[in-house]
Amino acid sequence: MPAPFILDRSSVTQVMAWVLAALLPGIAVSVWLFGPGILVTLSLAIVTALAAEAAMLKARGYPATPFLTDLSAIVTAWLLALSLPTLAPWWLIVTGTLFAIVVAKHLYGGLGQNIFNPAMVGYAVLIVSFPVQMTQWAGPLSLTETPLTLAQSASVIFGGEFPKATLDAVTMATPLDALRTGLLQQYTVDEIITQPIFGHYGGVGFEWLAAAFLLGGLLLWALRIISWHVPLAFLAGIWLTAGFLHFFDPGRFGAPWFHLFAPSVMLGAFFIATDPVSGATTPRGKLIFGLGAGFLTIVIRTWGGYPDGVAFAILLLNLCVPLIDQYTQPRVYGEARKGKEPQA
Amino acid sequence: MMTMNEFRSLFHNGLIKQNTGLVQLLGLCPLLAISNNVINALSLGLATMLVMAASSGAVSSVRHFVPHEIRIPVFVLIIAALVTVIDLLMNAFVHPLYLVLGIFIPLITTNCIVLARADAFAAKNHPLHSAVDAIAMGLGLTLVLVVLGAIRELAGQGTLLSGIDLVFGEEAKQFVLHVLPGYKGFLLAILPPGAFIALGLLIAANNWNKARIEQHARAAVPVPA
Repeated sequence: MPAPFILDRSSVTQVMAWVLAALLPGIAVSVWLFGPGILVTLSLAIVTALAAEAAMLKARGYPATPFLTDLSAIVTAWLLALSLPTLAPWWLIVTGTLFAIVVAKHLYGGLGQNIFNPAMVGYAVLIVSFPVQMTQWAGPLSLTETPLTLAQSASVIFGGEFPKATLDAVTMATPLDALRTGLLQQYTVDEIITQPIFGHYGGVGFEWLAAAFLLGGLLLWALRIISWHVPLAFLAGIWLTAGFLHFFDPGRFGAPWFHLFAPSVMLGAFFIATDPVSGATTPRGKLIFGLGAGFLTIVIRTWGGYPDGVAFAILLLNLCVPLIDQYTQPRVYGEARKGKEPQA
Repeated sequence: MMTMNEFRSLFHNGLIKQNTGLVQLLGLCPLLAISNNVINALSLGLATMLVMAASSGAVSSVRHFVPHEIRIPVFVLIIAALVTVIDLLMNAFVHPLYLVLGIFIPLITTNCIVLARADAFAAKNHPLHSAVDAIAMGLGLTLVLVVLGAIRELAGQGTLLSGIDLVFGEEAKQFVLHVLPGYKGFLLAILPPGAFIALGLLIAANNWNKARIEQHARAAVPVPA
């Protein structure tokens, strides 16, 4: 092989492996601050995703091994598992993962053909169908009196039994949910953020989870697996929209930093909106995609029926991708700019 | 008069070969909106079938007197009159169900299946053939509606025939089948996305079955040497 050697990170398996590696800081922080329940959720999602992938590959007449080992199903499983409440019941995890792999991925044509991000479809199906279970998040350990061990978390997830504590002692509303509920009860933002769940920027624990996802996202950017366009535009969309609203009425709209430091935003910006299949592909298109998704996220959080809007915003923008890509084709080198004579 | 063979081919056409729900994909609006349980689906399917049978028979009877250029408005007027009759009848005799189905009963007028059969078949055929064709088409639609309603009701709330009391009164509540007792429900199946997904799966199953039959038929024919 001739020099110079350029490290090629372009195969599907390698890209997927780096995405998984970039998610590790987030998982570590989740275990540290929210307890080991996430490990059970992740394992169950992986097993379900691989089983569903194998079954669908067989049904569609594809060879199982190359597609099962490309890690794409595991990435979907992890992204979905990280979006779910930490102590979600097992059937919730299985249903969401099955929907993501079977319907959103394989019924649309498999890897590279899906117009919607599979993990977000799984999430959307769950939040629409099971809103109660989807809003019972395990609170940060620093706020719960009786942290659950790994075995106890597993028994909660599989059996629905809470050993030493009741459901309410372990689970609580997320900061976004608390903000939403508080605003509906006519409290002002300043009154709401005196609740113990709120930290410096986001929620206690949740802001560190967001920072860990940000770190993983920066790693992907440093490796040039993702470009800066989508994440930056997404975060800018969130910050500008939330900042605009907050500037006019700080009592009724959360601060832009608070909206930015939710884990879902960082996960969405760096790991989900950057999906090369369901996201925009042209540079200008990526900026439009990110800004639009950020704007819609705040709109849905503020006026929608659900506490968080990242999943719906990204799915809606997924729907616009063909249109965005159509109108943002980059100029081919040497071709005249619109309205200008080509230089002789 | 019609022969047994014609009769059979009309029914085969309506139920399978040109099934409005699975093959022609006509009239999807009521199909998707009303198929959230078996009783709603069956009621609307039967109402549509009645309108179709009557309107096809009527259109066919007047087909020689209607100038070709204005046939569509005439057909629509006939259909609208018949729908009004059904609408008033349902309002009088099954009022609770009438409230549930709401706008979808008057909307049978605009259902393209009804007009399609009137223009494509009844305007060119004998009244008896036309009525039989309309009944077969309506039955095909009703069948898809009921299967779709059953899938969505079962997946969505684990019951069958819920809402039967709207048709037969309070005592009929005991006929509701709780197929999956203790089932927590899967809201998505009842909501509009569930209709699209379930109909998509039904169409796929139908196409798969058709492809399999064709393959069998091809395999049965000996290859010429």
